[in-house]
Amino acid sequence: MKARHKRFLWIGAGVALLAISATLVLNAFNDNLVFFQTPSDVVDGKVPKGRNFRIGGMVEKGSVQRAPDGLTVHFVITDTVKSIPVTYKGALPDLFKDGKGAVAQGKLDADGSFIASEVLAKHDENYMPPEAKAAVDKAREAARTMRR
Amino acid sequence: MNLFKFSSPQTFYSLAGKLAPAFGVIAAVLAAIGLYISFFVAPTDAVQGEVYRIIFIHVPAAWMSMVIYLAMAFWSAIGLGLGTRVSFYMSKALAPTGALFCFLALWTGALWGRPTWGTYWAWDARMTSQLLLLFLYFGHIALTNAIEDARRADKAGAIIALVGAVNIPVIYFSVKWWNTLHQGSSINLTKISVVNTMLIGMLIMALAAWAYSIAVALVRVRSIILERERRTEWAGVEIAAQGGRA
Amino acid sequence: MNWDSLSAFIDMGGRGAFVWGSYGVTLALIVAELWTLSQRRRDTLRRLSRLQQLNGDELNGNDSQSS
Repeated sequence: MKARHKRFLWIGAGVALLAISATLVLNAFNDNLVFFQTPSDVVDGKVPKGRNFRIGGMVEKGSVQRAPDGLTVHFVITDTVKSIPVTYKGALPDLFKDGKGAVAQGKLDADGSFIASEVLAKHDENYMPPEAKAAVDKAREAARTMRR
Repeated sequence: MNLFKFSSPQTFYSLAGKLAPAFGVIAAVLAAIGLYISFFVAPTDAVQGEVYRIIFIHVPAAWMSMVIYLAMAFWSAIGLGLGTRVSFYMSKALAPTGALFCFLALWTGALWGRPTWGTYWAWDARMTSQLLLLFLYFGHIALTNAIEDARRADKAGAIIALVGAVNIPVIYFSVKWWNTLHQGSSINLTKISVVNTMLIGMLIMALAAWAYSIAVALVRVRSIILERERRTEWAGVEIAAQGGRA
Repeated sequence: MNWDSLSAFIDMGGRGAFVWGSYGVTLALIVAELWTLSQRRRDTLRRLSRLQQLNGDELNGNDSQSS
């Protein structure tokens, strides 16, 4: 074997080893790398008690209620299996809408509701003009009524 | 193999001198077309409105920051394996441009995140791993400049480039592997989630970034070659010829 | 055509600061990189040719010749 081939072999082995160890490390830390917990995690008690954490999911359709003070907002965050009511006082981002994704940071209250100190909107990867979106929504609606 | 001819610093120096202006022109033309599409052809987004137009900088910059790092790792592997000095020079020449695009991806992401998500920054897996990439670029630049012995500097830089390359798939797949604030990829091999004109604009801007990066790296590598090869005869002649004009 | 007027173009649907902040910084950094690149070439040539003049007769030493 030529010295050059040997060196390549060493480099290859080194990189492979690194890749494997990185995979293992990342796997081990998998649970710590999540940015938010889902409502199911919360209901299953997988969240830290009395500590701040983030909860993420969909804002349930029609659940957004603004209190008369104009600042406090109540809504329900859901992962379609479990739901958690959220209370938040402050300004909401542009893309916060019911039926869309959101991530809230805060604490669980004694009664099982979530008191948020920050609410972020999580949007999807789809980009299209309004006309196209209207067409897509219409097609979806049609498909749903057909199935019924 | 004839390709090995280009591993001669002298041949590569003159080749780079010929190719750089061509790539520069291509970059300028593509950027002009891409910007026109970005602002005048691509439609308003239904959900985000006009602010989504940041995508035409953000996505190409993020892609470029990953591609350049992979290119640096590639040249480093070749350099370590074949002992070709030019490979190390090329890796070193790419680093500042990679850092630039990496910073731009983070910067435009912050300015885009604020109005849409409600925050400039979040420590989610995508953003954290992209920030790590910026530090890897800085580490590479700092280390290769800090080590006096040029050959040891080359090797140290190559090791950072190869080890750090592990981070690239982590950045790319972070939105799949973990739940993140950052949304999934709009464009991948299995599905495209943007309308045509948006896609074309993004691709043309990405090609412009490629051409720009190649042009800039080729110009930079010429300075590095002269610096490192200054004691060879051909470089001495070139320095004597060009130095009088500088 | 997406814009009725220049001011609508600048306003970007009320998000002009974010859009132009992105494009502006990108442009500024690219210009800065191109400028430092031209400076680097000039400085390198200047420094190396001065070095060459200082030890002119060592010019033919070829200690970095290899592979």
